Amino acid sequence: MIVELGHFALVLAFAVAVYQTIIPLYGAARGSQRLMNVAGSAALTQFVLVAMAFAALIWAYVNSDFSVENVWANSHTAKPLLYKVTGVWSNHEGSMLLWVSILAFFGAAIALFSGNLPQSLKARVLGVQGSISVAFLLYIVTVSNPFARIPLDQVPMQGRGFNPILQDPALAFHPPLLYSGYVGFSVAFSFAIAALMEGKVDAAWARWVRPWTLAAWTFLTLGIALGSWWAYYELGWGGWWFWDPVENASLMPWLAGTALLHSAIVVEKRNTLKIWTILLAIIAFSLSLIGTFLVRSGVLSSVHAFAVDPERGVFILMILLFFIGGSFILYAARASSLKTGGLFAPISREGALVVNNLLMSASAAAVFIGTLFPLAYEAMTNGGKITVGAPYFNFTFGLLMIPLLLLIPVGPMLSWKRADLFAALRKLIPAAAIALIVALAVIAVTSGRVFMAALGLALGVWIVAGALVELAGRIKLFRAPASVSLRRLWNIPGQALGMALAHMGMGLVVLGIIASSTWKEEVITSINIGDSIKAGGYEVRFMSEREEKGPDYIAQQAHFDILKNGRKIREVFSEKRAFIPRGMPTTEVGLVHFLSGDLYVAIGDHDKKGLVVRVYFQPFIYLMWIGALFMAFGGVVSLLDRRFRVGVAKKAAARLAAEGAKS
Amino acid sequence: MTRKQQRTTLILSGLVFLGIAAGLILYALRDTIVFFYTPGEVAEKHVAPGTRLRLGGLVKEGSFKQGDGGLIHFVITDTDKDIAVTYKGVLPDLFKEGQGVVAEGVLLPDGAFRADSVLAKHDEKYMPREVAEALKKKGYWDPNKSDGGEKTQ
Repeated sequence: MIVELGHFALVLAFAVAVYQTIIPLYGAARGSQRLMNVAGSAALTQFVLVAMAFAALIWAYVNSDFSVENVWANSHTAKPLLYKVTGVWSNHEGSMLLWVSILAFFGAAIALFSGNLPQSLKARVLGVQGSISVAFLLYIVTVSNPFARIPLDQVPMQGRGFNPILQDPALAFHPPLLYSGYVGFSVAFSFAIAALMEGKVDAAWARWVRPWTLAAWTFLTLGIALGSWWAYYELGWGGWWFWDPVENASLMPWLAGTALLHSAIVVEKRNTLKIWTILLAIIAFSLSLIGTFLVRSGVLSSVHAFAVDPERGVFILMILLFFIGGSFILYAARASSLKTGGLFAPISREGALVVNNLLMSASAAAVFIGTLFPLAYEAMTNGGKITVGAPYFNFTFGLLMIPLLLLIPVGPMLSWKRADLFAALRKLIPAAAIALIVALAVIAVTSGRVFMAALGLALGVWIVAGALVELAGRIKLFRAPASVSLRRLWNIPGQALGMALAHMGMGLVVLGIIASSTWKEEVITSINIGDSIKAGGYEVRFMSEREEKGPDYIAQQAHFDILKNGRKIREVFSEKRAFIPRGMPTTEVGLVHFLSGDLYVAIGDHDKKGLVVRVYFQPFIYLMWIGALFMAFGGVVSLLDRRFRVGVAKKAAARLAAEGAKS
Repeated sequence: MTRKQQRTTLILSGLVFLGIAAGLILYALRDTIVFFYTPGEVAEKHVAPGTRLRLGGLVKEGSFKQGDGGLIHFVITDTDKDIAVTYKGVLPDLFKEGQGVVAEGVLLPDGAFRADSVLAKHDEKYMPREVAEALKKKGYWDPNKSDGGEKTQ
């Protein structure tokens, strides 16, 4: 019954979404107050209905209602409760419902927090949001229904269980975070389309778009970091990024979103680069759509997967074509009607942000081509199979990233409109000095053997130190009394602090990547109880082995002691689990964190000589995830900036208007 | 600087940039593409020794041997032609005789294959897509018989 209610709510939500699209857009075109006003309540109603449907599916999973095909195919009574719930989005149908739920949530949030948005803009934004809902809800209801029942006389007693490598806390929350990021860009997209319809983009528009973009970007950053963290400790290969198409699918919107974040600043502060910003908003969401479908449609497995499931394939293509094609046509037709604003010299804050945007977009394009080239090749050569591997991505992406990373500390030092490059660089001398010292120290310690790595580390230090120098300059550290500096630190705008934190995070990511990939130690060998493996100055001693029973798996567990200078300092367990529902094995890595890096112990099978054990020592690899947290935290701090709070935009607009009247 | 000059500089620098990026991409693509072959295709296309490629097929029953020092021997077959593979490292969790596998590495002059990675696609069918399709072409593998698994990551 509850399942049918959920299904019914979903169909109703579709109807409401149609209403939410047509009426406000028509109203905005006609200038009718009454028609535009329905947008908000329609968005809220749609959210309530979609949430009901989502809750109904969760209910079916929690109660293991195997008469629902989707539950039967992906759940099992022996699964812990958390994974019953997360099982909802571990499959295609459920994840699409999650997507729409987040979309409806964002729609409701716009409706609630946009009191001071111009009425026609609000109506149009919600109308466009509604149209995205229409497409996705129609897709779910017609060809991807999670509520489909199995005939009553054939209801199975037990579900098939889900892929056990998904049974993991990090992966449980990876899809919701990632989707919040993808879907968050829909808001920027809706604002961009609405602005094209209105024919007007101004600083107030950018002030509206930026927090939503920032929120989406923060979610996406966390989602990607969590996914890579999961790959690191669950796959048991010691790697954290494989340039796999599903990973690239999330990286592309992140790159475009990062570019959008930066160009929206220019629109907000200087009222220029508007057309470009609109285009980026469209591209960021288009890449999010492509990302969703790349992973979920099976097109990655093969172009022919579309032929296996033509209904879904064609539907998905239609959605992509409509939103991406449609928005580009609208863009081409209307972009020229947007008035451009302030002028700027090539060397200026605006100029630096343009360079950032060019590099970001170029790297997104490089990833895009590398990811989709095998698909195009397969289609063109009638089934020829190629892969574009890590070397391609490392080369192109790496080359494009180096100048971008070098410029990170310089950009914030430049003034708007026209800047003095040498004055800016002079301020960065302390950062450059620290970076140089680090590089020389590394070269001296390793007697020059890892020259490139030394440069890489210097680059990371340069970014971190550059962000700190910028902050120090802002609070007049050492140039004013300590009390003044402290007060300035307390009053520092959230946006400035957020930027510094995010840039620092990027620097930490660079440091983590370079250090762990250069000095990674890897030992793979078979050992018996009592034997040791040495890595990273630690000794890993195999102590015992036994069988352990989990809720829905049997594990072969190995116990290791970690010794330093012959003394036991830690112990670690490493497991190989065989899951009962599907009989599928997974690896549970034993992971010990030290200040100098991670010790990573994974076990394999028994061979003639003993147990195969992999030990990795990954120096400073944790900096990568700490860096990602810094970036996300920077996003949050920036969001909390007073200027973004409700009501402030109105006051600022009033002030601007007053100033405009004066001049 | 006038509005027109600004626009021209922006567009020109953008174009130069795009050109460089495009050149870079094409250059990298030419050198880093790896082709996928089944053992049959390797024989048919006379792939030169030393070529880097991905070899896909089934792990032949009874061919798996654990050598010394972590060296592993097995045979990849497409039920028609076989190629012997050596690999040093740890195999993915789902590696099994009779199951699909993709190995990336170099073809040796003696016709054997030295793999530097054995691919783990996280699919409980453990049927990497190229293998599934190559086998389907031969009518060996029926996707409907195995349960539809969820690709992850």
